[in-house]
Amino acid sequence: MTKTRASLLTAAAISAVPLALIAGFAWAGGWVGAPRLGGSTVVDAIEFNAGRHEGYRRAHAKGVCITGYFTASGKAAPLSRARLFATGRYPVIGRFSTGGGNPFATDGRNVFHALALQLTGPDSQIWRMAMDHVPIFPVATPQAFAALQRASRVDPATGKPDPAAMKAYLAVHPETRAYQDYIAAAPLPDSFANGTYFSINAFRLIDQTGTSRVVRWAFEPEASFGALDKAALARLPQDFLFDDLSERLARGPLRWRMIVTLAAPEDATDDATVPWPAGRRTVEAGTLTLTAAQPEERGACRDITFDPTILPDGVALSDDPLLAARSAAYAASFRRRAVETPGPSAVGKKLTQGGG
Amino acid sequence: MLPDRFALAIRLLHWTTAALIIAMLFIGVAMVSTAGPAYSALLALHRPLGIAILLLACIRLAIRFGTRAPPLPGDLPRAQARVARASHILLYLAMIGLPLIGWAMLSAGSYPVRLGAGLVLPPILPPGALAFGLLRELHALAAFALFALILGHLTAALVHGFVRRDGVLATMGFGRNAALEPPVDETGESLEEAEDEAPTGEAETPPPA
Repeated sequence: MTKTRASLLTAAAISAVPLALIAGFAWAGGWVGAPRLGGSTVVDAIEFNAGRHEGYRRAHAKGVCITGYFTASGKAAPLSRARLFATGRYPVIGRFSTGGGNPFATDGRNVFHALALQLTGPDSQIWRMAMDHVPIFPVATPQAFAALQRASRVDPATGKPDPAAMKAYLAVHPETRAYQDYIAAAPLPDSFANGTYFSINAFRLIDQTGTSRVVRWAFEPEASFGALDKAALARLPQDFLFDDLSERLARGPLRWRMIVTLAAPEDATDDATVPWPAGRRTVEAGTLTLTAAQPEERGACRDITFDPTILPDGVALSDDPLLAARSAAYAASFRRRAVETPGPSAVGKKLTQGGG
Repeated sequence: MLPDRFALAIRLLHWTTAALIIAMLFIGVAMVSTAGPAYSALLALHRPLGIAILLLACIRLAIRFGTRAPPLPGDLPRAQARVARASHILLYLAMIGLPLIGWAMLSAGSYPVRLGAGLVLPPILPPGALAFGLLRELHALAAFALFALILGHLTAALVHGFVRRDGVLATMGFGRNAALEPPVDETGESLEEAEDEAPTGEAETPPPA
């Protein structure tokens, strides 16, 4: 009797060990407890908004590959020990894209024009950037991003988002209202070539002594600005921006100056919805030269993610929560599309024909 | 004469890798579950930890081949002894395979395998989205399989230690192994006294190796 009870106790104690591990594992993985927002939750929200387009990037689905080089001026080298800032010329691959999760959307939309880059330093360390032509972002957190995707889904019946859902969202997200006001008023570049592309998030540059400084950066175009007529967007050809890009590149390289802006102590480093005031110290780190574009089937950009947290030594993350969220969401998007058959390039048919 | 415990280096490596692997499995699932700031922090931890486990497992395997392992109790049913052996082979395979799959997966996905400031491992596979996608799924599957294997291993070790009390658990411990003394002889057959001391429970399998 006693013996049976003792062995029952032993059995219970022994079972408790793996059971405790299983419980801890389930908690760590987010399968129990409060619902957790992960990269796949963010991608689910995008798919809810834009539909599921297999074989394509879930965000910025429509794009084209580009190649060129970055010429560092050396002026940013005192701010960062990244070898990419030392005077020299370093190879670049990248991607131009338009915002949204639909690869077959027309270019005539008042959305992000985006430039993604991968710079490779002399030490082979790489730096990936994913930039937009607007200096501020509509949301500050991944929770808000997912909520905005859900609220702004276009109702096929009306061609517009559900006004009630949008109103409920905006009531708790005034930062998105500020962004909407900005993008409604700001001129929309009539070319990928004449847009200024912003880092969106703050980052830190770390110098030789280990001192870290919070920065944002922008790539300012050499090409003169021209704006699209927002009233006539619906009449633009489907691939207007991408066609324009290939025509311009056929005439010669396109250039941008990389301007690094240093934060003042009072500037928000963790909130991409808030612009930094003008007049901050800036450093011209170098020049980006793009020489050619390739459709995604042939270019080097399709099978990588432009995860902005992939940084060389000397550049580090800030406390902006969007950075980890972008990294997690891009990884989740890549995980999905990697096992799907890649869709044919949604743009660049002209490039394929012309460039063989 | 066979030893009554694993070599000291094996025992030290066993407990070090045990802690690292459990931490690694928890970090892995936690990382994938969140898009919060912890994602980047855990990811930055996941890569160097994985490579550390790979190195330690390789060192341990080399030492394991170069040293003698303590015997399983002579009264252990042959089927259980086989399961024990198979599970240990699978554990070694997972310890070495999981980090390699992770490294190959990141290589195929064109992700740099960054271990820390200025330390980036070279790719071990050419870039390819499909290879990335398949290895990504395999990495997760293998991780769950390893977790299940560890649960079985741990439970079996506790049964050996506290139900059978046959000295198997102590082969990985740091104290005297009373249950396996006097040890079995060269042929692997138990000496009579050891036979008498060994309790005869119906316990599940393996010694922790």
